[in-house]
Amino acid sequence: MTDLRLGAGILAGRLSAALIRALGAGGATTMPGRVARAVAPDLLARLGRRLTRGSVLITGTNGKTTTARLLTGILGRAGWRSIHNRAGANLPAGIAAALLAHSTLAGRVRGDGGVFEVDEATLPLVVESLRPRVLVLGNLFRDQLDRYGEIDLVADRWRDALRRLGKDAVVIYNADDPLVADVARDYPGARTFGIADSTVRRGEALEHAADGRYCYRCGVPYRYEAVFLGHLGAYRCDSCGTARPLLTVAADNVRLRGITGSVFTLTTPVGRADVTTTLPGLYNVYNIVAAATAALTLGTTLGLVRTVVRDFIPAFGRGEQITIEGHTVYMLLAKNPAGFNEVLRTVLSGARPVVTVIAINDLTADGRDISWLWDVDFELLARRCRAAVVTGIRAHDMLLRLKYAGLPSQALNLEPDEERAIRRGVDLLAPGEPLYVLPTYTAMLRIRDLLARRGYVRAFWED
Amino acid sequence: MALDLRICHLYPDLLNLYGDRGNITTLAQRARWRGVAVEVTEVPVGTPLRAAEYDLFFIGGGEDRQQVLAAGDLQQGKGAALREAVEEGATLLAVCGGYQLMGHYYRPAEGGDLPGIGLLDLATQHPGKRRPRLIGNIVIRWDPPQAGAPPTLVGFENHGGRTVLGSAAHPLGQVVAGFGNNGEDRTEGAAYRNAYGTYLHGPLLPKNPWFADHLIMLALRRRHGEVELAPLDDQIEAQAHEAAVRRAR
Repeated sequence: MTDLRLGAGILAGRLSAALIRALGAGGATTMPGRVARAVAPDLLARLGRRLTRGSVLITGTNGKTTTARLLTGILGRAGWRSIHNRAGANLPAGIAAALLAHSTLAGRVRGDGGVFEVDEATLPLVVESLRPRVLVLGNLFRDQLDRYGEIDLVADRWRDALRRLGKDAVVIYNADDPLVADVARDYPGARTFGIADSTVRRGEALEHAADGRYCYRCGVPYRYEAVFLGHLGAYRCDSCGTARPLLTVAADNVRLRGITGSVFTLTTPVGRADVTTTLPGLYNVYNIVAAATAALTLGTTLGLVRTVVRDFIPAFGRGEQITIEGHTVYMLLAKNPAGFNEVLRTVLSGARPVVTVIAINDLTADGRDISWLWDVDFELLARRCRAAVVTGIRAHDMLLRLKYAGLPSQALNLEPDEERAIRRGVDLLAPGEPLYVLPTYTAMLRIRDLLARRGYVRAFWED
Repeated sequence: MALDLRICHLYPDLLNLYGDRGNITTLAQRARWRGVAVEVTEVPVGTPLRAAEYDLFFIGGGEDRQQVLAAGDLQQGKGAALREAVEEGATLLAVCGGYQLMGHYYRPAEGGDLPGIGLLDLATQHPGKRRPRLIGNIVIRWDPPQAGAPPTLVGFENHGGRTVLGSAAHPLGQVVAGFGNNGEDRTEGAAYRNAYGTYLHGPLLPKNPWFADHLIMLALRRRHGEVELAPLDDQIEAQAHEAAVRRAR
């Protein structure tokens, strides 16, 4: 392809971005990439090649956005000028749009490295185009089955992606996830991360919605010494001996502090460091350890990791704090059973019963099938939720779920309109009491959009 | 007389993909709300099935790998026990993958047939990887036994296999919106004696409480004779049902 064609692609993409913004039609996080790739199909590969420090790709069902933002922050402090799809548009077009926004028409990229979160199903294509220097595999949970299909199919795509990696690429994977470990454990030089502190375990039994319970080599159930989250834990197959790989980087001495964050010790090949974070929940401990492993692999210091993690502010909708009329409103994205269960545990870790707004949509980006609501352990809320307001396109389904979870009818509030639902939630609060908003992906974007118009938050593409 | 209902949940750790647990929750809650004592027993792979100890069997759907494990286990005696129990009047609900396993066989796009247990007179074939899976919201028309119940069942379907019924199985209903058994003949699900199979998850029973009550009645009747189920306040259920009907159009 000629440079002319590349230039035309960049121009077309940039024009469409300008148009979308001028029309007030959104953040132009995906469409410009789509337009540009229609003109210059190998734009991703050609712009990616100009990132002299190379690219890091981050994939997994849960935690991509936060992990990528953490890593971008750490690398930024280490002198990288990273291009990053920070708005979470993680299909090839979204990554192209991020690159475009930082390129000249001549195809010069204003940046020296890339940190991209990648949709788990399109990973092989993006690996092929961007030839990443580091690939981070986070976790695999059942999610959007109508779109991704079975979890084993996603794992197969990851295997395909590993075959396409250049020989110098480093693979970093979550050893606590038996599905992910099965994909990556034989990759030469692969590094692992996980949780070493078995005191944070939930027990030896898996929760109802857990995936990957059966050994991939011989079909026998894994024996868990500790279950941390979903099917993540310290596991072993008594039949063939397959077990959790040794951890290169691990979180130890983990102390969860509910919605306010956690403290833990990061143990690494280059030493140990005590880490403090305001990111809530064990799932964020995983995100931090993943980002730290990638950062250390790329030569940053442990001290830098620690500083950036300490100062990190949650990404939009991922534990974000918003102040409305003097009340703290926490917005915690919850888009699949494993993620939702962890969010519930985090929200319910305090002593007082909570007030919550649960917003459920069934658009393409949420998954059109909402049967997964019945795989979430909403029974946890039964005695510890003072009031729940349900909203979104499938508000009626959510109301029904909470009824069968055992919430008393006087605690249930149906308000399909999102803005009125938030209003209702705030009105239900006692002075100083926080509100927990638990939305699916498109419901989160919609609620943030409503709050942005009222001036409570910034638009997500500006965040 | 105190009523009791004994539910058997087959393969809860293998076939649990689409909120299937909600079906068990719904059966148990709706029976308990009427003062019926409920016992739910989970029977996983490798555990013998003492079918005579249960009134109602449930089997859900899973991924291919899990379905193969369950199919193999069903051939080790559980399948024969289920067939016998249904012949003797037991109630059974099978959803999605479990539904396919109740038939004669599942013929995948490639590789050999996965044997079913032949409890329902039907067979399922995958039409090849190039043909689309049948995915989406679904509404079917059925004939509810309760006066005043809507003549519809709502759910979500997501299956690659196409199922065709033999002469000994009746369809559970006729497709109003969606695909159903095979996307062609407008039939959905299958019924034989007190055994039902369907592609509707969502899960099926919470938003179709009339079908849940029908199953509870059938299951109680076998040991307790004719019973009356007291009406419940189903306003939330009915609203969710109506919302799902609208969403499927």
